[in-house]
Amino acid sequence: MVIDDLVAIAEKERAAQKKHVIRCCMAAGCMSSDSKGVKEALDKAVKEAGLEDQVEVRGVGCMKLCCQGPLVQVDSAAEGATVEVNILGQGPLYQKVTPEDAASLIATLKGGKTNVQMGDPKDPFFTEQFSIVLANSGIVNPERIESYIAADGYQALHDVLREMTPKEVLDTILKSGLRGRGGAGYPTGLKWATVAKTASPQKYVICNADEGDPGAFMDRSVLESDPHSVLEGMAIAAYAVGATQGFVYVRAEYPLAISRLQTAIKQAKQHGLLGSGIFESPFNFNIDLRIGAGAFVCGEETALMSSVEGKRGTPRPRPPFPAESGLWGSPTLINNVETLANVAPIIRKGAEWFAGIGTEKSKGTKVFALAGKITNTGLIEVPMGTTLRKIVETMGGGAPDGGKIKAVQTGGPSGGCIPAEALDTPVDYDSLTKLGSIMGSGGMIVMDETTRMVDVARFFMEFCMDESCGKCIPCRAGTVQMHNLLTKILGRKATIRDLKKLEELCDMVKSTSLCGLGQTAPNPVLSTLRFFRNEYTELLQEDLYAGPNGNGNGTKEALSPMI
Amino acid sequence: MAAKTLTIDGKQVSADESVTILDAATDAGIKIPTLCHLDGVYDVGACRLCLVEVAGISKLLPACTTKVSEGMDIKTDSERLRKYRRMTLELLFAERNHVCAVCVDNGHCELQALAYSQGMDHVRYDYCFPKWEVDNTHTLFGMDHNRCILCTRCVRVCWHIEGAGTKNVSGRGGKARIITDLNQPWGTADTCTKCGKCVMACPTGALFNKGSTVGEMERDRTKLEFIVTAREKKQWIAD
Ligand SMILES: Cc1cc2nc3c(=O)[nH]c(=O)nc-3n(C[C@H](O)[C@H](O)[C@H](O)COP(=O)(O)O)c2cc1C
Ligand code: SF4
Ligand code: SF4
Ligand code: FES
Repeated sequence: MVIDDLVAIAEKERAAQKKHVIRCCMAAGCMSSDSKGVKEALDKAVKEAGLEDQVEVRGVGCMKLCCQGPLVQVDSAAEGATVEVNILGQGPLYQKVTPEDAASLIATLKGGKTNVQMGDPKDPFFTEQFSIVLANSGIVNPERIESYIAADGYQALHDVLREMTPKEVLDTILKSGLRGRGGAGYPTGLKWATVAKTASPQKYVICNADEGDPGAFMDRSVLESDPHSVLEGMAIAAYAVGATQGFVYVRAEYPLAISRLQTAIKQAKQHGLLGSGIFESPFNFNIDLRIGAGAFVCGEETALMSSVEGKRGTPRPRPPFPAESGLWGSPTLINNVETLANVAPIIRKGAEWFAGIGTEKSKGTKVFALAGKITNTGLIEVPMGTTLRKIVETMGGGAPDGGKIKAVQTGGPSGGCIPAEALDTPVDYDSLTKLGSIMGSGGMIVMDETTRMVDVARFFMEFCMDESCGKCIPCRAGTVQMHNLLTKILGRKATIRDLKKLEELCDMVKSTSLCGLGQTAPNPVLSTLRFFRNEYTELLQEDLYAGPNGNGNGTKEALSPMI
Repeated sequence: MAAKTLTIDGKQVSADESVTILDAATDAGIKIPTLCHLDGVYDVGACRLCLVEVAGISKLLPACTTKVSEGMDIKTDSERLRKYRRMTLELLFAERNHVCAVCVDNGHCELQALAYSQGMDHVRYDYCFPKWEVDNTHTLFGMDHNRCILCTRCVRVCWHIEGAGTKNVSGRGGKARIITDLNQPWGTADTCTKCGKCVMACPTGALFNKGSTVGEMERDRTKLEFIVTAREKKQWIAD
């Protein structure tokens, strides 16, 4: 493969573009409501209408408004087309499409009418999005490398391998201000530089696609919709740090993402975009998949590496950090899916372009999976610094049926609940941390007035308790006791002393646990206590032992009626 | 081999850069409570009892896995650390069924000794009273899961000193347990060489020699240490 071959593939693909393109979502959300059947019906309807040479029915990735799936969008490049197109040249977005609707949708191409529910492409949900990571999502066919190449795919890899030194790549990523999207927000360029600095002949690159937060599905969507962007990002990273082998660690619960990745890796190898002497440079790089069994803790980098090595997935103390001693003791770069998907666009468009988006300390965009009590459930990508209000009220459409939003949970079990009063907070790493929550990997769960915050805290504590690996005592036994105490509070059997015990445990588990799971497990409790303390105290019983002054002088008489 | 100077509890100490805070403290005669640490096998930093405060670092660091560095100012004892250590022990006692009065290890148990030394005189958390079994299928040894604190010392000696690979951990969180071979009764585990190193390594009454009754289970760790040092110094390779 040389650049001319790449350009030829892209040109051929573009030239083959038919007059009408009907894009049909083939990501997991829509497929669970039979978008596969819809696509087959559309293919059949096209054939029956004799329009095969004019219409392409393209299976694409996520079109973002998952709650209204299956989604089908009809684009038409034809002159005098009867369909209305938006600024992006995209035609109407049909929602909740069934296979029976296919014929009428095809009929619209010839001026026919359809009764299928139509979304408003001018809805802020779409117009306020800013796509970098999701730019190809819903546009390219994730199962055809040609489709990705036609969207400038692998161009960045070529430029990097043929025109840039590893140092220049590092500098570009550093200058772009990209920070890790896996949760902690560590500057990506610094991490790469640390790995690059090591002298080891064997280094690895890992893509962390474990995505275990309840309610989060951004990484899955990226892999299902645009797997090549992640592979390209990994290859560029490998060149920059000097690695020759990569792994994508993805959970077994994501069968579609796994299959798309397998297809993508195979195609990239066939085209010489992975393997030896990529773009006829001396650079060799291979990528293998490792399938995780779906333990939350295996998203933690040291546990993940232990799992890749075929061992029990438990974290180990850091230092040494993976960048110095990772997989099989070799320096290892580990990045999140979304982090890696940002790499090729940064190379293509430049560090300055990327650094111009977002806030001073949080650059670029962030993808969020909007879920919970919200009208528009789905994926959004917005510039860093967008306010929560804009995300949940303007784009998300607020709580359904006119309900009132009470809080927004970010960061999953490691994060916290942000009360409605703080909705004007800009979404960036530092502002969320200040509110006792975290950016996390991008799960955003909206809660309305019917949600009880103690319930929420217990839900996440139960999750952490079940997902604790059991290695260290504070997390293994502490989460059990915190869960007990929360259950006791919810059962109206707890007193102020139990609440004190809970707070004390939160502090202890946070300060003494071995890995991030335990260190952040108390966060949902701490943040709900911070903003909704009265919901806890309302559930407390009088402490009979405490006596009238709360000084521990409870009398026998006071106790007897209760026992 | 470069020497580092550091301060532990106000005392000036010099130690080789390859050693841990725990080693340096022990050499200086300062005792840091430990539970998962066992001389001779690698450390895992799991029990969190050895956490210490290091000036300038906001996180507490495990002494057993943290290497010394120049100018470190370490505190191994403080109100906060004592509180956390007590809580850790309380959590352990509440987690499984540690009934010292009827335990083979009564009087020789490291967990019990730590509870005394750390002043843990009562448990403020609800006892979980889980139902764990006792594996008495082995000809020489027994395992009482009720007493296990999941320190994984037995697993580590089994794999890295004996090289048998019989013991392992299965399950996660509170459901984690020590297993033998493919999660089968110990007596049927083919890989077990009956060396007894795990029994020597266990800090509690979870692993015991068969036939021991209350308070009888004494362990001879010097044997274990002998094997490790002998191997390191190649004492059993004839000249
Ligand atoms: C309990 C736990 C779970 C985690 N799960 C994930 C995950 O699912 N995906 C992910 O990318 N990072 C996860 N992380 C963060 C990783 O350890 C690591 O920081 C990240 O993959 C680094 O990539 P980045 O620098 O690109 O963010 C998790 C961390 C912890 C403590
Ligand atoms: S904090 Fe929890 S998940 Fe992390 S090592 Fe400890 S027990 Fe395992
Ligand atoms: S059996 Fe003993 S040595 Fe093994 S993990 Fe349990 S307490 Fe530790
Ligand atoms: S002795 Fe250090 S963590 Fe257990």
